[in-house]
This record gives sequence, structure tokens and C-alpha cells, in this order.
Amino acid sequence: MANGLTGEEVALRGFRFLRSRAGDALAEIGRVSLLIGEMLQLLVRRLPAFRLLVQQMNAIGVDSLWLVIVVSLFTGAVAAVQAAYQFTAVVPLKFLSAVIMRSVVIELGPVLTALVIGGRVGASIAAELGTMKVTEQIDALRAMGINPVRYLVAPRVTAAIIMLPILTIYADAIAIFGGFVVAVNVVGVSAATYMQGLREYFYLKDVMSGIVKSLFFGGIIGTMGCYYGFQTEGGAEGVGKATTGAVVTSCVLVLILDYILASILFRVVFA
Amino acid sequence: MIEIRGLKKRLSRKQVLDGLDLDVHTGETLVVLGPSGTGKSVLLKHIIGLMAPDEGSIRIDGQEIVGLKEGALNRVRRRFGMLFQGAALFDSMTVGENVSLAMLEHQNGMTPDEVGRRVRERLEWVGLKDAGGMKPASLSGGMRKRVGLARALALDPEYILYDEPTTGLDPITADVINQLIRDLQKQLNVTSVAVTHDITSAYTIADRIVLLYDGRIVFSGTPDETRGTRDPMVRQFIEGSSRGPIQPL
Repeated sequence: MANGLTGEEVALRGFRFLRSRAGDALAEIGRVSLLIGEMLQLLVRRLPAFRLLVQQMNAIGVDSLWLVIVVSLFTGAVAAVQAAYQFTAVVPLKFLSAVIMRSVVIELGPVLTALVIGGRVGASIAAELGTMKVTEQIDALRAMGINPVRYLVAPRVTAAIIMLPILTIYADAIAIFGGFVVAVNVVGVSAATYMQGLREYFYLKDVMSGIVKSLFFGGIIGTMGCYYGFQTEGGAEGVGKATTGAVVTSCVLVLILDYILASILFRVVFA
Repeated sequence: MIEIRGLKKRLSRKQVLDGLDLDVHTGETLVVLGPSGTGKSVLLKHIIGLMAPDEGSIRIDGQEIVGLKEGALNRVRRRFGMLFQGAALFDSMTVGENVSLAMLEHQNGMTPDEVGRRVRERLEWVGLKDAGGMKPASLSGGMRKRVGLARALALDPEYILYDEPTTGLDPITADVINQLIRDLQKQLNVTSVAVTHDITSAYTIADRIVLLYDGRIVFSGTPDETRGTRDPMVRQFIEGSSRGPIQPL
């Protein structure tokens, strides 16, 4: 063997590596759980200060609106083009608006909103808290007797949980409008047909399932941003790593949870 | 009074504090000298409960703080003010908001007018009475330290901890900070612990100087005793020599 290692030794090293990685992952899950636990405990006792909450709702929700508008407008437009192409000679175009609407409100609206907000907001929370950590601002809060989880984490996570569903509702409406513009002007469906499709195939449970998902996605984005921010060590490099970690982890968790929630919602709750 | 006994702390395989004993008497200003990386800041963070020791005991006026829960620790911490090394000002807030935060968060029944008055008073103490509306990013290093000091004084602390109060300042600004610390101590009669490697600062502000080396206190004396000591470690530190019993890192 290379390096003078026997096959057994290589296997043992591989096993040790995997074991330590699995241990790291478990420790990570444990730390996140502790953070969530502490936050919930604090939230039960006292809601975040209104001023802090409004500040964060503004930063997370209102400031993200333009991004969500642009992303969802084009999502709807692409959905119209793609669906029309796939319908060719198979499905009548009167179903176009229904397909756009249902795929948007169930899946594309909540998930794409969560992914872009995860990028924008998750990164900014992680960078802000990470910088506060490495410049001892979080220690300074604790030294004043202020709990940083109550002061920094609770308002951010709560604001994300409140704002994500609201952004998702905007995204749903705008994507359906984007689909309308393309369907009417490019594909050649009449406005009346498009609207009729929307009316006939509108189910409230589709919208609700998207909103329920977005509540959870908001929680993931806020929590991951704060968790990675708090874990930051060692200057600018650490802040960079924290930011990447927050974005990557929230995006992956959003997609995994999307599958789990879809299974629960459509196979159990709305079945 | 702060009584520290047998304090031990290991950080990433290095025994930073190794059975440290130290008393800080009420009303005195104690300066902890020591080379960089000997755990001076770690010691301060233990006193205010930001770090928990592996072993040992810390009593504040007889109350053991090792092992206290965060809520109980927070009550102890409100009796402290701390000036951090880089001042650690909240950069999303104005200077005035930095100083008022602790007052507002701990709502001691103060009206907004009272808070405003107290913030102006604290800023006046540190010579920055017109800086309330400025953002920390636009302040110089010396001004940041002064705001940090005003913030530390917000809740009328009984104890003030200074982490390298003069590091990174030019000698003149450093002296301004030293005089400020000295004046405030006379005026407010607080108990203070300052950690530094600035020997001039130590002579100016200290009632008593101790030397931290290898995780323990290896010398204790008044500024005059420190100047005149024959202790080879203290001599090496005062003279700033790389040769001697203290091994440079």
C-alpha cells in the first residue's frame, strides 16, 4: 500500500474519520437544539420587544420585497413558457393557468422565496452576529446582564417566521401574474381562459400548505443565521465561513423539510 | 471584595489559568500585568462570568458565582461595568443608544427623561457630551474607549473591569484614558480590576499591581514596590527584555 499502510489500517483510519465526522454532526445538532430550546423558553416567558421585532421584520421582510417580486415574476413567466411547451399536442391550453397556479402556490412560491431569502437574510444575520461575536459585542451584551438569545436571536427568528409567509403570499400572486403576462402575450391564451382556469382549480388547501411550509422555512432561515453567527470564531475568515454555513445549511434544510412537509401535508393532513 | 481561589482553565490544550489565587479588596484598583497570551483577558471574563472555569472558586462579596445559572449571573453582572479591549461598541446603535441600552433593558423604573439625562451625564464624565448622536464607526480609537467607559458606568457599577484600556492608543491619548480612569475612581469610589501590558498605565492607575505568568499570580505589590523590586520576572517585564525567566511566546 502507499504510505506503508495495510488495508486494515486504511479501513481503521477511514472508520475513525467517519466516526469523528458523525460525532461532529451530532454535536452540531445538539447545539442547534439547545439554541432553539433556550429561545422557545424565553419566548414563552416574554415576547421579544416590539421595537426590535419591527426592526427585524423590516430588515427581513420589507427590504426583501423587491428581490421576491423579481424572482417570482420570472418564476411565473418561466412556468408559463415551460408548461405551454410540455402541453403541446397533449394537454389543452385552458389548463395552463391551473398548472401555473398550483405549482406556484404549493411548491415554487414557498420554496424559491425561502431559498432567496435564505441567501439574502441568512447571510446578513450570520454576518452581523458573527461580526458582533468576533468584536466582543456579544460578550458586551452578556456583561451588561442582557441575554443575547433574547435580545438578538428571538426577534430575528420570530420576524423571519412572521415575514416568510407574507413574502410567500406576495410571491404567489406575482408569479401567477407573471404567468398571466406570458400566457396571454406569448403563448396566446385568452385572458378570460386564464382567469377561468384560476377560478376552477383554486383550492384553499394548496395555498395553506404553501403558507405552513413557509412558516417552517422562516424558522430555519432565522435559526441558522443566528446559530452560525454565534458560532463564529476568529475574525474576517470566521465571519465568511459563518455566512457560507448559514446559507448552505438553510438551503439544504429547506429542501429536505420541503419533502417531509409535503409528505405529511398531502398524504396525511389534506389526504 | 472579589476572592478567587484555585482557578483553572484549559483552552485548546493550553493550561491558561493554573490554580490562580487572587483577592481584590473593596475600593482598590488592581492592575494585572502580564505578557500577551498569558490569560489576562480570560481572567477578567471569569470574574464577570462570561467564561466558566474548569476548577476553582470566585466569590463576589461572599457570593460564589461559579456554577450559577445565567439568570442569577445576570443579576451579579449588573453590579459590574466592563470596558472591552476594542471597546465592543454596538455599531448598529448611536453612542447615546450604546450608553442607554443597559438602563432601558433593565428598566429600573427610569423615565425616558431620566435615561436621557443620565446618558448625557455619563458622556460628560468622559468628555464627550456632544457625541450622543454619532455612530461608533465615525469615532477615533480613544473616543471609542471613552464611550465604552461611559457605557460601563451606565448602571452605577460597584466594580469596573478594564481589558487593556490603553492598548492601541498613542501615548498622549493613553494618558488621557489613564487620567480619566483615575479621576472616575476617586469620584465614584468603585473597585476596579484592569489587565494590561502597559507598564506606564499600570503605574498611573494602580493601587496594587500583580504579575500574571504561567497561569498564576507570581508577584503582588504597590506601584512603588513594583518599581523597586528585585523579582527577576517583574524586572524583566518592566525593562521590556526578551531575555530572562519569562519565555516570550
